[in-house]
Amino acid sequence: MSTAIALRDVTKIYRRYGRRRQFSTLKSAILSGTMLSDLRPDETFPALSGVSFEVQKGQTYGIIGRNGSGKSTALKLVAGITKPTSGTVSVDGRISALIELGAGFHPEISGRENVFINGIMLGLSKREITRRFDEIVEFAELEDFIDAPVKTYSSGMYMRLGFAVAINVDPDILLVDEVLAVGDEAFTHKCLDKFGEFRRRGKTVLLVTHSLGLVERFCDEVLWLDAGRARADGDPRRVVGAYITAVEQREERQLAQEDAKARDSVEASASGETGATLEAGAKDEPPPDMFRATEGRWGSREVEIVGVRFVGEDGSGGHVFHSGERVSVHMQVVAHEPVEDFVFGIGLFNADGVCCYGTNTSIAELVGDRFEGTGEVTFAIDGLDLTEGTYKVDVAVHKRDGVPYDYHRLLYTFRVKSRTKDVGIYRPRHRWEFGGGIRLRPRIGE
Amino acid sequence: MVRSLRQLVRYRGLIQSLVARELKARYRGSVLGFFWSFVNPLLLLLIYSFVFTVVLPGTHPKEMEPYGLFLFCGILPWSWFSASLSESSVVLINNGNLIKKVLFPAEVLPIVSVLANMVHFFFGLPILAAFLIYYAAPLQAGELVWFPVIVIVQLVLTTGLALLLSALTVHFRDVKDILSNLLTFWFFATPIIYPMTLAPGAGRRFLNLNPVTHLAISYQEILFYPGPFGHWKWLVALGVASIVVFFLGYFVFDRLRDSFAEEV
Repeated sequence: MSTAIALRDVTKIYRRYGRRRQFSTLKSAILSGTMLSDLRPDETFPALSGVSFEVQKGQTYGIIGRNGSGKSTALKLVAGITKPTSGTVSVDGRISALIELGAGFHPEISGRENVFINGIMLGLSKREITRRFDEIVEFAELEDFIDAPVKTYSSGMYMRLGFAVAINVDPDILLVDEVLAVGDEAFTHKCLDKFGEFRRRGKTVLLVTHSLGLVERFCDEVLWLDAGRARADGDPRRVVGAYITAVEQREERQLAQEDAKARDSVEASASGETGATLEAGAKDEPPPDMFRATEGRWGSREVEIVGVRFVGEDGSGGHVFHSGERVSVHMQVVAHEPVEDFVFGIGLFNADGVCCYGTNTSIAELVGDRFEGTGEVTFAIDGLDLTEGTYKVDVAVHKRDGVPYDYHRLLYTFRVKSRTKDVGIYRPRHRWEFGGGIRLRPRIGE
Repeated sequence: MVRSLRQLVRYRGLIQSLVARELKARYRGSVLGFFWSFVNPLLLLLIYSFVFTVVLPGTHPKEMEPYGLFLFCGILPWSWFSASLSESSVVLINNGNLIKKVLFPAEVLPIVSVLANMVHFFFGLPILAAFLIYYAAPLQAGELVWFPVIVIVQLVLTTGLALLLSALTVHFRDVKDILSNLLTFWFFATPIIYPMTLAPGAGRRFLNLNPVTHLAISYQEILFYPGPFGHWKWLVALGVASIVVFFLGYFVFDRLRDSFAEEV
């Protein structure tokens, strides 16, 4: 196999945006051919630093990474739209870039004329376009509208026509930047089929996407970019796995921060007001509409919940868990005076505010005997059978008649991650069984 | 740069279809359509003729009669020149999508602006011809062969300036505002509404520095004044200078090319 695309130690530095120093960049651009030579390091921004990778002919190569990690810059370098600041980019074969579909369309003229001009822009000859014209129109599903001006098209029609032209350029190398998100379900399938056809015909595809499922299904190799540097490359499952772990770690930190912030703001507003309205005790009253209530904390505080944390299967605290995992909620509680009338409760809400589950020790037929000093309450969940999403938790300790000692409303957040794309809130433990003449097989690749 | 220039030849199909698109798109949806290409210069001519023969009579000497024809010889090429420059100064910015998202030879865009306006200029020629015949202008075949030469010199000069301006505007958006003011001044600094002979001595030296002066005089000499075409030496000199301007414009454009995708 020979190499189709090779990037060697490629660095791309952009100028930070600013209208100052316009003249010096222009001067250096004209005199030395680069805009950057007169700029200080703080006036520049490296979009890619020292990135190398190779794509063999016939491979489908994926690039993943967060927003702003340099994926699109890498694609533009391969396409030749921008030049690297240092390092080399070599490409062997005709390229078609699906970076922005229909970028060259002129709104005033018809779809038919635009197909011709767009095709010529992408490197086809007039005769080639004439030959493929019907195929393009059919692929775009625009037979009835091809003679209407493009400005009358819906955005979906626009994208479909752009895609149809670009894919029919018959490139050796196809660059794809997150364009499969356009169009309806059926069109997305058609695009995926087209990619499959490309792969079978031994063409090279460079795919930039956030869809990890797509990467795992299609790509032979994957590069993970992070802040302009290559973090990992190679086998898709391994790289995607590492990427997901890193994303979870980041989410973990974010959730921890957000939770802390929510609690701080509740504390701040509570302490700010208790000084002034000590006798009124307004803040100790629950809000009138419990189900509308947003984050908050109220109660008489004879018993206080001083800490809440989530513990996952590995025994360490966290905020991100996988669906089906064993998770427990730990509450640190303090009784400022001994109490006999107490109930611990917990509620789980999804991001829409729907209560997924709620219970308390009273519902569980447990009656408080005596509590003094400090203690820990653990609510252990054997299997977190929830679908992917963000969930918020209420924890409370209150009297049997419901009068709260300490109620923490939606102050704790955790996220459930899942590799399957099922929908809803609750995922029952399940399996599929088939009898009779039904046969299925697992989908591998495509 | 030489390689880029050679590439340019390969893009002729693209340039051709873009010019066609430009012309089609311009009047798409208007009732008169292509007819506007004739009406625009005609109206301009009527306005100037009205102002200078009815409102301000006696501002021009006998040798400039018929004044409408004299004006037309200068205004038609001037419209091509000025429209090309003001369009190409913003053409890269307006087509930012192409430059940022598609591998696209950017120099095609200003060239298309110049060529599309040249086609408009050609559309104006039948009207000019009609006026020439109507007024029985003293045309001579020996002079008329110079006409394509003047057009080519103007094309080279305009293209060079268009390339330069389009590239500079990407870095300095001010260029397009400076240019629109400059073009107004430039129009009056060119012997279009007045003949060169009316300019005072010092002013004449200044006018001679203006390249469009020599284009205008050349057009006037072969179309309006009875022969011989005495200005040809100036025209040849301007032709050489235009080639220099073209290469200068192309050089700057080529040097700035890599920055377009980032700055547009």
